Amino acid sequence: MLTKKYLEEQAVYILREVAGQFQRPCLLFSGGKDSIVLLHLSKKAFWPGKIPFPLLHIDTGHNFPETIIHRDYLVKKYDVDLEIAYVQDSIDRGTAIEEKGKDASRNILQTTTLLETIERLKIDACVGGARRDEEKSRAKERVFSVRDIFGQWNEKLQRPEVFDFLNGLIRNKENVRVFPISNWTELDVWEYIRDQHIEIPSIYFAHKRKVYYKNGQWMPVSDLLHISKNEIKTKQVRFRTVGDLSCTAAVLSEANDIDSVIKEIKKSSFSERGARMDDKRSEGALEERKKVGYF
Amino acid sequence: MKDVIRISTAGSVDDGKSTLIGRLLYETKSLKADQLQHIEEKSILSNKGYIDFSLVTDGLLTERRQGITIDVSYIYLQTEFGRYIIADSPGHVEYTRNMVTGSSTADAAIILLDAQKGVSEQTIRHIRIASLLGIPQLVFAINKMDLIDYNQDEFDRIRKDILDLHQPINGIFQERHFIPISALHGDNIVHESTNFSWYEGRVLIDIIEDLKTFHSPSDDAVLNVQYVLRPKDEWGTVHRGYAGKIACGRFTTGMNVTVSPGGMHSSVKRIEHLGEPVEIVNTDENVTLYLNDHIDISRGSVIVSNPHSLIPTTRINATICWMERACLEIGGKFWIQHGVTRILCIVSEVEGKMNLLTGEIQDVKRLEMNDLGRVQFQLGQQLLVRPFAENKSLGSFILINYLTNNTAGVGFVL
Repeated sequence: MLTKKYLEEQAVYILREVAGQFQRPCLLFSGGKDSIVLLHLSKKAFWPGKIPFPLLHIDTGHNFPETIIHRDYLVKKYDVDLEIAYVQDSIDRGTAIEEKGKDASRNILQTTTLLETIERLKIDACVGGARRDEEKSRAKERVFSVRDIFGQWNEKLQRPEVFDFLNGLIRNKENVRVFPISNWTELDVWEYIRDQHIEIPSIYFAHKRKVYYKNGQWMPVSDLLHISKNEIKTKQVRFRTVGDLSCTAAVLSEANDIDSVIKEIKKSSFSERGARMDDKRSEGALEERKKVGYF
Repeated sequence: MKDVIRISTAGSVDDGKSTLIGRLLYETKSLKADQLQHIEEKSILSNKGYIDFSLVTDGLLTERRQGITIDVSYIYLQTEFGRYIIADSPGHVEYTRNMVTGSSTADAAIILLDAQKGVSEQTIRHIRIASLLGIPQLVFAINKMDLIDYNQDEFDRIRKDILDLHQPINGIFQERHFIPISALHGDNIVHESTNFSWYEGRVLIDIIEDLKTFHSPSDDAVLNVQYVLRPKDEWGTVHRGYAGKIACGRFTTGMNVTVSPGGMHSSVKRIEHLGEPVEIVNTDENVTLYLNDHIDISRGSVIVSNPHSLIPTTRINATICWMERACLEIGGKFWIQHGVTRILCIVSEVEGKMNLLTGEIQDVKRLEMNDLGRVQFQLGQQLLVRPFAENKSLGSFILINYLTNNTAGVGFVL
């Protein structure tokens, strides 16, 4: 099977296994391109029926406004249910504590809110858009990745996945993280968006934005941070990933449509997660977060 | 454009497998600048005096600390001609299950040997597992040729040792390639090396680019029902669409079918594929079938072309690769998952385990983790199976521990 067809077929198969094996699955929806691709694939998998699980957005409150507007648009367009869980609610309850200092982010706090939501809604499977090419510890991730009742990922307890058998049997309060686009690369995602005419938030395309320079990267200016005026520059930028507004770097770019974005990615020599400050904190930062229940 | 090729790699500890994969990614320019920068910095820190390409794939912290690979990693290689998904399985004796995991869907296996050591016990195990899984193409990469002065006689001897080794199990033909390399120095990986004036074959990447995909041919069409769709039409009538993947063969509209279990007959009314109505669908496509009759069909049901050559059975005799710490013994109760059908089964007989070095079946009463053995099962319900050697998708299954829910083993129907 040719690459694109192979990847699409595999994702549809996995999504149908989710609907078939679990009682209360959800699709973790950040509003980023990978989760939008999952939404599109879900529509195809269950067409002409309705997508049999809701989207779940763990809202850090640190959003690019463009992605929230787009999220609500897509919910209508794809006729899907949406659940929102707010990190701020966890902070208010005292179950999460806001980080302090210049590098503070709410990325880690999402874990708490996610685990609380899984418990509250009795979710047994969370579909996510993680890909194995993103980061080294992701390269080992199973398609069905079992988490214990604490939401922990234990690489030594990963179930072997042979042929296309997916084992989603779990005990009460355990849950499974499911990754239908595991085998896709960043470029595959972009080419699929182009080929299927999938609508993504405008921040993925070049636009003028106020930014400041930090640790070798251009960071977006927002109300969340106090940046001195003389540090702020206006640049033509775009984002390669939609994360927490306070810790997602922009890249200087002139690519203002999908074809030029794809051209740029083909030329670019920086991997996608290179733009996530939270992964740079230490060697193995993502692996450590996954162990305690991060998505 | 060519099909996606799935490749598994196998080698013993220190044969340089991670280095080979890192080197392949590097020389095909598949490494991103920040990944390269990362491994360069780490190599300098560890005072190796060269770029340690194995750092590319050694993913987990626990592994990086121990300097070994403990689980299967998936790596993507994109060349001008095609996409390759490489499953990097570790080489330790105790990790047979990882090699089976990494190799189950492989179109080809790269088996790495250390030129200084030649054929090791681990090499023999790898060859046997590759044969058991019916991997149609084997590439034997004789690594560390630099350490034996690129000696042709040594290479020829190792090649002969491998050819003498054994006959393929299951009677599946395996294409074999032999190539002398040095992953550390990049000899014969992507560029021809002047160190091998005597070697007339192709470099590794050219062998890889030439790999193909194979399908078990099947006259029978089989669809495993994953999920039942209940879409409403414009008049409010609810229809039942059977969503599933075609395990083998092809379905067309109007075709006569039988549903298992139950044996009820019907015919295909309509077919949908990825959001569109179609007339014909083929193996590995994920489709939705609508039938002309109302039959009790749910997840786990199987829709088969009628007539067909499949025999419903409640007894299975299979080779099992055991993957769990608790032993497999007579009387053991498991879930058996065949396609997406999950039913209960009980172990009625353990015939013996395979000695991976000699291929002989030894008389044992139980299988331990990483054993390959022959086992008979009594099923709680009928399944439609074929021998694995004839049909990979109808001839394979997994065993799930009834108490822990863990995947305990994988089976190949005899």
